[in-house]
Amino acid sequence: MTDLSPLTSPASPTSRDKILRMEAVDKTFSGNVVALRKMDMEVRQGDFISLLGPSGCGKSTALRLIAGLMRPTLGRITWEGGSTADDLGVVFQEPTLMPWATVEKNVWLPFRMRGQSFSSVKDRIDEILSLVGLDGFGARYPRELSGGMKMRVSIARAMVTNPRLILMDEPFAALDEMTRQKLNDDLLALKAKIGATVIFVTHSVFESVFLSDRILVMAARPGRVIQEIAVPEPYPRGLEWRTSKRYGEIARETSDTLNSALHPAGGLKG
Amino acid sequence: MTIADPVESPKSASSGPLFDADEERLARRKRTEEIAKYTLPIIVMVAAIWYWDRLVVWNEIPHYVLPGPGLVLETLWEDREILISALGVTLKITALALLVAVVGGVGLAILFSQSRFAEMSFSPFAVILQVTPIVSIAPLIFIYIENRIIGLLLCAWIVAFFPVLANTTLGLKSTDHNLRDLFKIYRASPWQQLVHLQLPSALPYFLGGLKIAGGLALIGAVVAEYVAGTGGIGSGLAFRILEAGYRLNIPRMFAALILIAATGVLIYGATSLIAHLALRKWHESALKRE
Repeated sequence: MTDLSPLTSPASPTSRDKILRMEAVDKTFSGNVVALRKMDMEVRQGDFISLLGPSGCGKSTALRLIAGLMRPTLGRITWEGGSTADDLGVVFQEPTLMPWATVEKNVWLPFRMRGQSFSSVKDRIDEILSLVGLDGFGARYPRELSGGMKMRVSIARAMVTNPRLILMDEPFAALDEMTRQKLNDDLLALKAKIGATVIFVTHSVFESVFLSDRILVMAARPGRVIQEIAVPEPYPRGLEWRTSKRYGEIARETSDTLNSALHPAGGLKG
Repeated sequence: MTIADPVESPKSASSGPLFDADEERLARRKRTEEIAKYTLPIIVMVAAIWYWDRLVVWNEIPHYVLPGPGLVLETLWEDREILISALGVTLKITALALLVAVVGGVGLAILFSQSRFAEMSFSPFAVILQVTPIVSIAPLIFIYIENRIIGLLLCAWIVAFFPVLANTTLGLKSTDHNLRDLFKIYRASPWQQLVHLQLPSALPYFLGGLKIAGGLALIGAVVAEYVAGTGGIGSGLAFRILEAGYRLNIPRMFAALILIAATGVLIYGATSLIAHLALRKWHESALKRE
């Protein structure tokens, strides 16, 4: 069974193990559409990186490249120590559950693909379901759950194998604000418990500042990273962080950077 | 009364649960519909049979033109040995054709979903077989295939397999693209993708095709028997209808017809039951909503 011990608190980002490196990655689709240009990114153990930007800035393309669902046109993506199927967990914008399978059978999926029987990993599945607040829901079908609960199942599935990196593509975009905030809180608590490393795609400035320790602000046409903003607030974060002056300042800075990317001629008028 | 005051219900004095008038009306309508669903078709059927009987009696129609329902029932009982043996033959052809249609249709659909080139190569022929009326193909089949049972089976299969093929192919291609990506990320083999993702996704589509194919297999079997009936094989229900027609035994024609219709209803009921059992826990089509 995989280790659930919490991540030891890192003193500085550079002292942590490197997981993944993107170097000058370009992705051009047919029709000469440049989805991503010269993207550099280094991911270290325990990072929570948000990719923030408008639609069409290549956020999801970057995730798909990291996931190995497409290859870069130029540049390279290197996994430290090579990549295996155990390296990744993925959460999409929709919960993306198999409707014909119960909650626990959905969470079993990554183990099942590795040939592990249900009974051999049942304890681990129960454990992760308990961690995401779905104790006792293992035998339910997805249709019996609310939108927020389905997303929790999706998160449990992504984390059940304790992958080296979790990719989250706007996972809470379709949820109402209260559910979204609750899931943000729970995600951070879960991250602290299992020491996950996360790359999180979002449109929301506030969500990115609340969750991440690094925000990569991206611009569209062509998709590129225009600025990296550090969020040096230590974890755990909660309501105090969300209502603090520093949070507001970083959100303002991030918002201005994003605004300059959207309106390069001098920002939004009015 | 302030706006926050609860509206007094006429039932508030009683100890039972409180319902508003709309909820009560909805509950009443639901109960009525539940009863009507079973009683209305029975009432209509009984009325139609009664009218049929009266039509024969009032107009003194001879039995070789239109027998009354009583005479048809009597014939059904008296000729039961001939008719049940004929029903057995028709059922055997229908069931075998449906089985081969399921195996062939699903097999071909899996091939199509795995290879675009296979689909490009073979799907036009599947369409041609489907759109060409079986009555025009059947005589040729019985010229070239000596074994009558295999000929009948082939005719019924041609009619029945296309809905299974078309629906299952559609289902296999309708897999959630995010789930497909997820399986790729987990490095699932093509076999794992097929078994754990594509086939369960296609199940509701396949079962929809099975419902149609069940009826079509019976139609195919009956039509093939008509074509083959005078050619030497004479034991299915369609042959009995033809034979009775030549002898002006109209009551037996009706009796055989009733058996064919009942078989069709039974097949539809069986395939619907299979679909319900397979989908009742998770698929929208089988779920009841308040």
